[in-house]
Amino acid sequence: MNKLEVNNLNLFYGENHALKDISIKIPNRQVTALIGPSGCGKSTLLRTLNRMNDLVPSVKISGEVKFEDQDIYAGHDVQQLRMRVGMVFQKANPFPMSIYENVAFGLKAQGMRDKKQLDKIVEESLRSAALWDEVQDRLDTSALGLSGGQQQRLCIARTIAMEPEVILMDEPTSALDPIATHKIEELMDELRKKFTIVIVTHSMNQAKRISDKTAFFWMGELVEHGDTHQVFNQPQDQRTQGYVSGEFG
Amino acid sequence: MLKRETQDKLLFASTWAAASITILFLLWVVWHILSNGLSHVSWEFVSSAYTRIGESSGIWSMIVSTVYMVALTLAIAAPVGIMTAIYLTEYAKAGSRIVQVLRFCIESLAGIPSIVYGLFGMTFFVTTLGLGFSILAGALTLSVLILPVIIRTTEEALMAVPMSYREGGYALGSSKIYTIWRLILPSAMPGIVTSVILSIGRVIGESAPVFLTAGMVTKIPESVFDSGRTLTVHLYKLTQELFTQHEWDQAYATATILIVLVLVLNLMTKIIAARYNKASH
Repeated sequence: MNKLEVNNLNLFYGENHALKDISIKIPNRQVTALIGPSGCGKSTLLRTLNRMNDLVPSVKISGEVKFEDQDIYAGHDVQQLRMRVGMVFQKANPFPMSIYENVAFGLKAQGMRDKKQLDKIVEESLRSAALWDEVQDRLDTSALGLSGGQQQRLCIARTIAMEPEVILMDEPTSALDPIATHKIEELMDELRKKFTIVIVTHSMNQAKRISDKTAFFWMGELVEHGDTHQVFNQPQDQRTQGYVSGEFG
Repeated sequence: MLKRETQDKLLFASTWAAASITILFLLWVVWHILSNGLSHVSWEFVSSAYTRIGESSGIWSMIVSTVYMVALTLAIAAPVGIMTAIYLTEYAKAGSRIVQVLRFCIESLAGIPSIVYGLFGMTFFVTTLGLGFSILAGALTLSVLILPVIIRTTEEALMAVPMSYREGGYALGSSKIYTIWRLILPSAMPGIVTSVILSIGRVIGESAPVFLTAGMVTKIPESVFDSGRTLTVHLYKLTQELFTQHEWDQAYATATILIVLVLVLNLMTKIIAARYNKASH
C-alpha cells in the first residue's frame, strides 16, 4: 500500500525548473531514502510532501501529490496535513523554551489543555525518541541547553507527539557527530515500525543502512527508484551507477 | 609613506582619542548638571506643587503629567506599532508594493522634525478634533512621532527570530496566529521591550510638540482631557525666564531629575535584555 503518491510533479523556483516531471510512490511503514548530489531537488521534493514550499513566495507547482488518495494541493487543509505528515529538519530547531514546552507546543496549538494528558503524551513522545532517560529530571530547563544530538531527538519527539503517519527527515544527521548519528539511526529503526519515513541524506552509507527503498535524483529528475539493495548493487542507469560507486557527487 | 607599524599606532591613537572625547563629554555634561542640581533636589522639591515664587516650589504636577503622557502614548503607539511590524514581517509579501510604500512612509516619518508634528497635532488633534490642549492631544501627537521608531525596532527584533522557528512551528501543523503569538513574539520580546523603553526616553525628551498640543498648565491633570506640563516642557519654560538664583536652581534640579530618569530607563533596558537572554539560552 502506498502512503504517498507523486504524479508528474513539476516545480519552479521563479525561472528555475527544480523538479522535472517526478512520479514516485512512497510505501507505507517503510523507510524511503532520497539521495543525489547537492541541488538535485531531493530536499525540494521532501518539502512538497507537507507543503513547506508554500512558505517560499516564488514557488510554482503543477502535477499532483496524493496523501492517502487525496491531492494535498487541491484545497486540502494544510495544518491538518502537516500534523499527519511531520517534519524533522537538517539543523535541529528546538524552540527557545523548556524541553517540556517544546514537545507540548504542537498539542497546545491544537487547543489541548488537559495537564495530565499533556504530561502523558510528552513522556511517551520523549520515550519514543529515546530521550526520556536523559531529560526526565530536567524537563523544565531550556531545550537550548541540550547537545546537538539531543536537540535533534527532541525535534523528533516533538514531531511524534502529533501522532503523524509520515515523518519527513531532511538530512537529520548531517550536523551531528558519528555517535549522535548512530543513535538517531537506531531510533529510526524503531520508528519505521509505526511510521512511514522519507529521509533525504547525503550519506550513501546511511541510505544503505536504514532504508528499504532508495530514489536517486539528478538535476531535478528522478533517475532511479527501487529497493535499496537493488539501487546500490544493480543500478539500471549509468548515472546511478556513477553516483553510488562514488565517481561523483 | 609611513611605516606600517607607525600607521597602526596612529590609527589606534586616533580611535582611542575619539572614544575618550565622547566619554569625557558625556561625563562632563552629567557632572555639570548633577553638581548644579543635585543639592537642590529634595523630597520637598519632588513632592510639592509648583509656585512661581516661593521657596517651597516643586515639580510634583510635572512628574504626574509626564507619567500620564508616557503611559497614554505607549498605550496608543505600542499596540499599533507592534501590529504594524508583525504585518510587515509576517504577513506582507516581502518586497511587495505595499511593503515598499509602507517602509518609505515609515522612514520619512522618522525624519520629520518633531516641531512639525507639534504643528500638525495642534491643528488636527487640538483644534479639528476639538480635544483642546490636553494630555490626550499630546499623547496622540507623540504616538505619531514615536511610531516609526517602534515599528522599525520591532521589525528588526522579529526579523532576528530565526526562520527555523517559523518552519518548526508550521511543520507541527500550528496555525500562523498561534505560531506568531506563542513562538515568534516571545522570541522577539527582548528586542520589543527594549524598543518600547527607548521610546519612553523619546517621549520624556520631547518638548516642542508637547507644549504645542498638551499646553503648559502647571496643575495636576484630572483626566486625559486636561492640559498638563511635562518635565521637559517645564525645564524649557524655566530656562525662558532665568532671573534669580532660585530659578537657576530649579532648572538644574529639574534637569537632574530628567537625567536620572533617562539613566534609570537605560539601565532597565539592559537588565531586561540580560534577563531574557539568560532565560532563553
